[in-house]
Amino acid sequence: MSYQQETTQRKAMWAGVNVLVLLYAFIPVIWIVSLSFKDAGTLNDGNFLPRSPSTESYQQIFTDYEFIRALINSIGICVISTFIALVFGTMAAYAIARLDFPGKKTIVAVSLLIAMFPQIALVTPLFQIQTAIGTFDTWLGLIIPYVTFALPLAIYTLSAFFREIPWELEKAAKMDGATPYQAFRKVITPLAMPGVFTTAILVFIACWNDFLFAISFTTTSASRTVPAALSYFTGATTYERPTAAIAAAAVIITIPIVIFVLFFQRRIVAGLTSGAVKG
Amino acid sequence: MTTSSAGPAALGADAGTAIAKQRHSEGKRAERRLGLLLCAPAIIVMLAVAAYPLVYAVWLSFFRADLRTPDDQEFIGLGNYITVLSSPIWWNAFGVTMFITVIGTFFQLVLGMLLAIVMHRTIIGRGLVRTSALVPYAIVTVVAAFSWRFAWTQNLGWLAGESAPLTDRWSSLWIIILSEVWKTVPFMALLLMAGLALVPEDLLKAASMDGANAWQRFWRVTVPIIKPAILVALLFRTLDSFRIFDNIFVLTSGANDTASVSILAYNNLIRGLNLGIGSTMSVLIFISIAIIAFIYIKLFGAAAPGAGDDRR
Repeated sequence: MSYQQETTQRKAMWAGVNVLVLLYAFIPVIWIVSLSFKDAGTLNDGNFLPRSPSTESYQQIFTDYEFIRALINSIGICVISTFIALVFGTMAAYAIARLDFPGKKTIVAVSLLIAMFPQIALVTPLFQIQTAIGTFDTWLGLIIPYVTFALPLAIYTLSAFFREIPWELEKAAKMDGATPYQAFRKVITPLAMPGVFTTAILVFIACWNDFLFAISFTTTSASRTVPAALSYFTGATTYERPTAAIAAAAVIITIPIVIFVLFFQRRIVAGLTSGAVKG
Repeated sequence: MTTSSAGPAALGADAGTAIAKQRHSEGKRAERRLGLLLCAPAIIVMLAVAAYPLVYAVWLSFFRADLRTPDDQEFIGLGNYITVLSSPIWWNAFGVTMFITVIGTFFQLVLGMLLAIVMHRTIIGRGLVRTSALVPYAIVTVVAAFSWRFAWTQNLGWLAGESAPLTDRWSSLWIIILSEVWKTVPFMALLLMAGLALVPEDLLKAASMDGANAWQRFWRVTVPIIKPAILVALLFRTLDSFRIFDNIFVLTSGANDTASVSILAYNNLIRGLNLGIGSTMSVLIFISIAIIAFIYIKLFGAAAPGAGDDRR
């Protein structure tokens, strides 16, 4: 940026711009957090920040069976889906990045098609199939579609990462006397791990976010995930409006994701841009 | 290799290449097998859960299939399509979806570009800006939608005061667009930022020396170079906006004529249990998405991601 002088004025301008970005990103988040800390008396005062913060709503949701159950469902379903999508996705991405075989382009095209798919188009047939084979309202009933829609994301992101691994290192290791397994295990795996890990985060976020499948394929707390449970939330006591309880539950399911993002910001940016732009 | 050089040596060389070729093709075949084998689980899952049900949805769309009257299932050809396409409710939802898609994507592009430039150029606190810009991407869509809903709820929200904008069609639509745009600008910005990183600084410097101001440098130098990134980002965001569901479900549930095509299909399928009509809507949504993708790729020349496979 040599042609632009880094003056004090310029720095002040950028500081101002940065504050705007921070406000943009955080205002809705701070608002829902502040709502979750309002007590019943001041809930409807319309203030942006709580006047007398209380943890009332958190106590309420953590004594609520439905919420705890939904939280367990969300974690379990998303972890299992991420794991399966990662295993299948890594295998396919490795093949696409490294091997020459017929139908490779078709596979890439099909997964692109699925990434663009209107998910609603699958709701009816899957609803019917699931009720017929008995996976409706079970963990499996959500894991299967989640894996399907996570696969294109995993394949794209991972094959972009795999393409950047210098495979000559593997050859060099073999020449130095390593067995193919050792070469793979000691040289390639450490290089591939960051990509696999990044993909895991992206896939997990995608599963954690799903709402359409979650409300279409669940009817009870047996498999309902938190995003779906939120929209059916009645709170622990039915006579009060569940606003604060929804806010508290919303904060709880947001925290893990935001922590992920804050810690692995660089990798997430790399994953999103490599998967999407480099194809 | 000519036939005149027939001799033991030549024969030996010939046989040698043949064996090498055979070994080579054997290696090739093994590679092909391995490639297909490694891809098999992913392909099977994708075909079983996406391709087969899609075909099934098309099939269902030709039937009168209402789970409330299960015995009345009958092949009615294009009957469902005629019903849906002559229904003002469908066209209203289609209009709503197009409005949200066009206006929403426009704001996403403009704000996304601004944010991308800020993330790319900022001098101080670059890490902080890049990290916090990811927050909307990471927030569960439903949570963000609740935040906006409560903010605009009468007497409750800090933005609403005495008004109740979510009970009115047009203000609801703008709030839906706001929540959609808020959530997706960071994603747009990231894709555009990846494009900005490809613009050579020297070129900008040269343009600057030739007297081009910031605006001219942006339009004449930066935009042409990052055009592919812009098109891919737009393609992704347009397709995604057209599928809008979560935000509307939470903000209005489609009340006051704010239902998108996905909300309408969901209402027919899951709430109404009318699989025939719901499937027909699903198929129409699928066709719309295919048309949008076709327009972007064929007419605007957006590179289909994955098509760049042979560039490496």
